Amino acid sequence: MSGPLHLQDLRVTRDGQPIVALNLTVGPGEVLTIMGPSGAGKSTALAAILGTLAPAFRLSGHIVLAGRDITALPPHLRRVGLLFQDDVLFPHLSVGGNLAFALPPDIKGRAARTARIAAALQAADLSGFADCDPATLSGGQRARVALLRTLLAAPCALLLDEPFSRLDADLRAQVRGFVLDRIRREGLPAILVTHDAEDARAAAGRVVTPLGLPLAP
Amino acid sequence: MIMAGLLRQAPRITLALLTVPVLAGLAGTVIPAFANDAKGIQALLQWPGLPRAAGISLVTGLGSAALSLAITLLPVASLWGTRAFAAVQHLLAPLLSVPHAAAALGLAFLIAPSGWIARVLSPWATGWTQPPDLLLLNDPFGLALTLGLVAKEVPFLFLMALAALPQTDAARRMQVAQSLGAGRVASFAVSVLPSLYRQLRLPFYAVLAYSMTAVEMAMILGPTRPYTLSAQVVIWMADPQLTGRATAAAGALVQVGLVLGALGLWHLAERLAKSALIGLAHRGMRGQGADGPANVIAALLGGLIGGGLVFGLAGLALWSFAGLWSFPDAVPASLNLNTWTRAAPDLAQTATLTLGIAALATLLALALVLACLEAEHRFDLVPGAGALWVLYLPLLVPQVAFLPGVQVAALRAGMAGHWLAVAAAHLVFVLPYLFLSLAPAYRAWDRRIAVAGAALGATPARVFWHLRLPMLLRPVLTASAVGLAVSVGQYLPTLLVGGGRVETLTTEAVALASGGNRRLIGAYALLQMLLPALGFACALLLPAWAFRHRRGMAVAA
Repeated sequence: MSGPLHLQDLRVTRDGQPIVALNLTVGPGEVLTIMGPSGAGKSTALAAILGTLAPAFRLSGHIVLAGRDITALPPHLRRVGLLFQDDVLFPHLSVGGNLAFALPPDIKGRAARTARIAAALQAADLSGFADCDPATLSGGQRARVALLRTLLAAPCALLLDEPFSRLDADLRAQVRGFVLDRIRREGLPAILVTHDAEDARAAAGRVVTPLGLPLAP
Repeated sequence: MIMAGLLRQAPRITLALLTVPVLAGLAGTVIPAFANDAKGIQALLQWPGLPRAAGISLVTGLGSAALSLAITLLPVASLWGTRAFAAVQHLLAPLLSVPHAAAALGLAFLIAPSGWIARVLSPWATGWTQPPDLLLLNDPFGLALTLGLVAKEVPFLFLMALAALPQTDAARRMQVAQSLGAGRVASFAVSVLPSLYRQLRLPFYAVLAYSMTAVEMAMILGPTRPYTLSAQVVIWMADPQLTGRATAAAGALVQVGLVLGALGLWHLAERLAKSALIGLAHRGMRGQGADGPANVIAALLGGLIGGGLVFGLAGLALWSFAGLWSFPDAVPASLNLNTWTRAAPDLAQTATLTLGIAALATLLALALVLACLEAEHRFDLVPGAGALWVLYLPLLVPQVAFLPGVQVAALRAGMAGHWLAVAAAHLVFVLPYLFLSLAPAYRAWDRRIAVAGAALGATPARVFWHLRLPMLLRPVLTASAVGLAVSVGQYLPTLLVGGGRVETLTTEAVALASGGNRRLIGAYALLQMLLPALGFACALLLPAWAFRHRRGMAVAA
């Protein structure tokens, strides 16, 4: 179930001050980049699309994803995936447990679920890591598990909240390549929030500010 | 949907559960004082012991509370951030879990004329071959009582101080003040104490109110001619004649007045201390000379308190296994299991009932506290300052001033004397402690985990059961152990609401205290102490075992 992400006159204000103003469409496989200094409303834009805005904010306009108006839905029904700055793996679960948490319940039977997780790990060069403690993984491995977890939940769109900023320089290009490649292959509309021009160039899509002004990539 | 509605109401329901019994109980307790032309008040005023009983209440209460505060703050000032401080932290939970009655009995065994200290010093230093005829326990000035109260309240205040310290930015403030040339203690007093005290105020008020009105400690360690006012109120309450109840009601009324008066006095002292502190800061006090003496005093006082508790409790244990142990031998001539085997059936039955009541009260309190905190998280509720006062209400209002009213209500409902009623009464006391223990960890939980869960399609309920609760297993179990310890230690609610028919380890230990059977007292007190200790052991070991393969769940060092 894939399709474009429409932000129709999406406006977020706080105390009357506009913080986010976006009116655009992100196509399947496209990565839109939102850039701006910290505190400029990048995270607010993501929270608006995720459905986790704090009550102090006011939202108007519509968010339409794959033909569904998700503006009023609670976060867990929106089918919007998210990658954080850190991997935010669940520390009390194994790598496999983290992935199983994301796997939709309609994949039934222990064997089927285990097989699905093993296949996902194998495709990411992480075969045999299912029983591992996430805390023992390297930074690059953790980032890949986080992406796998997000994709296994079968989202219709992906939000990336500066997901590469905490990685070392050489690891950064590698993980970034892995993530962007998977997004294009899955044909998901994606929004990347970053303050790093190199991330924006690698995303190779349009670049805008939180208030919708276009920036040169 | 129904569940979500119920969850949203959880804070209100919980606050009502705390206020209604306390306020209604207070009214029910005090009103009989005015019945029949205020006969109760007249009787109280004619009682010759009143001035002294009230005075002792005030002096031991204020004295022990102030001393507890000082003993709490000194090590924080002089040791915070050092290795010794970390060691002290680990001792806290076990000390905190010791019920008041057990602590008092242990102390009594230590300092009585025939107690351990006298035995160790006799006859070589004192020349005593018989226990001396000295009023070391139950002294008329309430010194033994003060000591006991301090030993019990310091761990509580200390724990509260530890919870508040991170919010005061203490490390950086101390660094700045010390880099300006101030000594450690002076840096602490000027830069950290004001914001720390603001958060310690309510816990301290609770300690003050409790110290003035504690019943079981006063009965074991306090003066007897007259008793402290709160102990005397309980004695009147047990009077089969109705006039006793009226006098007790009048006594409870005076007790409330005394507590309010003491709180007022303390508030005045707060203001004086504040302006004194500002004055010292203005004069650029460096106070470097204060550090050495402060360190010594902190070590001495801490050692005295910790040592008193530990040796007192060890004495209890030793007595329960003692064969012949005549004065002035420092240790018993032989050890055996006679006391335990003889009392085993009674002990087992009493311990089971105690544990059942504690488990029920703790489970209910835990469910309510989790519902409150989860509602706060899901609906972005911000608890006001008023909510905190309500939480402390059962700890601020003297127990003797509202439990008798609760007892009457339980009698009318035909519930008095049933263990379920006792568990319900315990809930009122377990709830605040459990909340105070769990809330910081619950609120500090990484909210991004919840966002990550929701983005993966998990409902709020699934996030709670599969992510938040397992990740908070350690604090949840620790808070439950605190709740268990609070319930096991309850004396007055058990005595009154149980109508003397519900016998727990605590009521039995206190009842035995006036008799002379040290071996049996030791056995009951030891068991009374063991139940909470087991709870804390579970809270420590269970998460360690469950997460043995999860490095990310290890305790932050």
